[in-house]
Amino acid sequence: MFSRAEVEAIASLANLELDANEIAMFARQLGEILAYADEVQQVDTRSVPPTASVLAPFPSDRPDEVRPSLARDVALANAPDPAAGAGLFRVPRVIG
Amino acid sequence: MNHPATLRAIRDAVRSRARSVGDVCREALERLDAVEPALHAFNTVTRDQALARAERLDRDLGQWRDRPLVGVPIALKDNLCTQGIRTTASSRILETFVPPYDATAVARLEAAGAVVIGKTNCDEFAMGSSNENSAFGAVANPWALDRTPGGSSGGSAAAVASGIVPLALGSDTGGSIRQPAAMCGVVGVKPTYGRVSRYGLIAFGSSLDQIGPLTRTVHDAALALGVIAGPDPADATSAPEPVADYEAALTGEIGDVRVGVPARLIEGGVHPEVARAFQTSLDVLRSRGAALVDIELPHAKYATAVYYLVATAEASSNLARYDGVRYGFRARVEGQAKGEDALRPMYARTREHGFGPEVKRRIMLGTYVLSAGYYDAYYLKAQQVRTLILRDYDHAFERVDVVAMPTSPTPAFKLGDRVADPLQMYLADVFTVSANLAGLPAVSVPCGFTAGRLPIGLQLTGRRFDESTVLRVADAYERHTSWWKEAPALS
Repeated sequence: MFSRAEVEAIASLANLELDANEIAMFARQLGEILAYADEVQQVDTRSVPPTASVLAPFPSDRPDEVRPSLARDVALANAPDPAAGAGLFRVPRVIG
Repeated sequence: MNHPATLRAIRDAVRSRARSVGDVCREALERLDAVEPALHAFNTVTRDQALARAERLDRDLGQWRDRPLVGVPIALKDNLCTQGIRTTASSRILETFVPPYDATAVARLEAAGAVVIGKTNCDEFAMGSSNENSAFGAVANPWALDRTPGGSSGGSAAAVASGIVPLALGSDTGGSIRQPAAMCGVVGVKPTYGRVSRYGLIAFGSSLDQIGPLTRTVHDAALALGVIAGPDPADATSAPEPVADYEAALTGEIGDVRVGVPARLIEGGVHPEVARAFQTSLDVLRSRGAALVDIELPHAKYATAVYYLVATAEASSNLARYDGVRYGFRARVEGQAKGEDALRPMYARTREHGFGPEVKRRIMLGTYVLSAGYYDAYYLKAQQVRTLILRDYDHAFERVDVVAMPTSPTPAFKLGDRVADPLQMYLADVFTVSANLAGLPAVSVPCGFTAGRLPIGLQLTGRRFDESTVLRVADAYERHTSWWKEAPALS
């Protein structure tokens, strides 16, 4: 079981604005899921390296060449608030 | 209903001009219209584009007829980007997103002559095992409309099982192709990690995700995999290994094959009718000459715990991109006082309104296990246990060629049954997640029915990049059983 403050702290890191019901629900469910996931602590992993990728290493270098990419208007086409003339994504004010 | 046509039968009919592409596609769309109200398998139907493309293929058949999928109507999971066609990942946050490019797997299917008739419903961002996490409503199982089709590629599995299309693409991060294939009575293949380009697949767990086919027969899956597999300069994790001729691998002969059975992992927790069908399927493999070998995968019992630590960590990072700036939904935030930051509240409200509960749960869990103070205890620890699971399989594959397990411990469950208990939903992924953690190819092939006519799936897992053997064993099994010929009674 997580406290309300703990859930709010995680939500803040994740940029989520949870409502009161969600905070209560996640406080319970995250606790239950992590209590289960805690079974990994039983495993002796001394001197076991972590696996981040299962791929055998292969050379994926490529020449650093300019290649075609999305046109600016195409890249802006899905933006909720494009500044098309300037070729920019517009966002709410960050500083006063 | 009659047994629906296979991909190869449709393609061959088009090649021989026995049927036009237009006829084939109109028939697929008519079938879709007839069953879709009951199934809700599609987020978007691309009727006009499909018929226009069919007309072009018919007109220029001479230049298309030798392509491996000429005239075949297909469906695509709605987390695969399609240029000019809305791609939502079944999420409100992408409800109006129209990609400016095609996923590589999609482009390869179209270059092979396939005709896309629509985008299939799925769990939001492919997170789920029942398709109930779609923002646009659940999908019904064609075999029992009050049950889930499985997930997350539930719409793709239902579209194939109900005879709308002979091929649909899905994506599989922890079983999302194989488990719905099992629950809907169709074939589903999760290729080796790196076998199929992930370019244009909306990312969930980047070290686990693979695109693969759902079909009625193993041969059709082998054919489709051959089309989509292979390196792609647009995905640095697509592997350079040459692509085998998967159709040629299907010899029907398995006298040389050793099938590993992790009996200790399977015993307990498996529905009795699933256990019985699994044992019977092993008897079939033995009767065809395969040797059954008892194996141990000592760390596989930790796979579900490892998976939900690793996959959620990767998801929390991948889904950080949905912030209401460059694409997708943006929430409005009013009344910020002068001098106050209005940007972060916009991010947080956009994500709060744009994501559903399961996606938020996984973002929260992933954020937590990656956060300072918990990273070593959870994320790093999970990755170490992942290494041990991988080694278990490597050891097993010194003695056997494939590993057999049930795909899912239960047949399709009732809609609503597990919604309130996410942990119970996660635990049902026990037999599928380890192939993703270890990057191994795995197939689910129909292996029977419960007394109540619910399909059951047999899962075969193989060595990295040895799709040929996995498909050969699955095909040999299919040739000597008739489960795949069954079709749901859906009118």
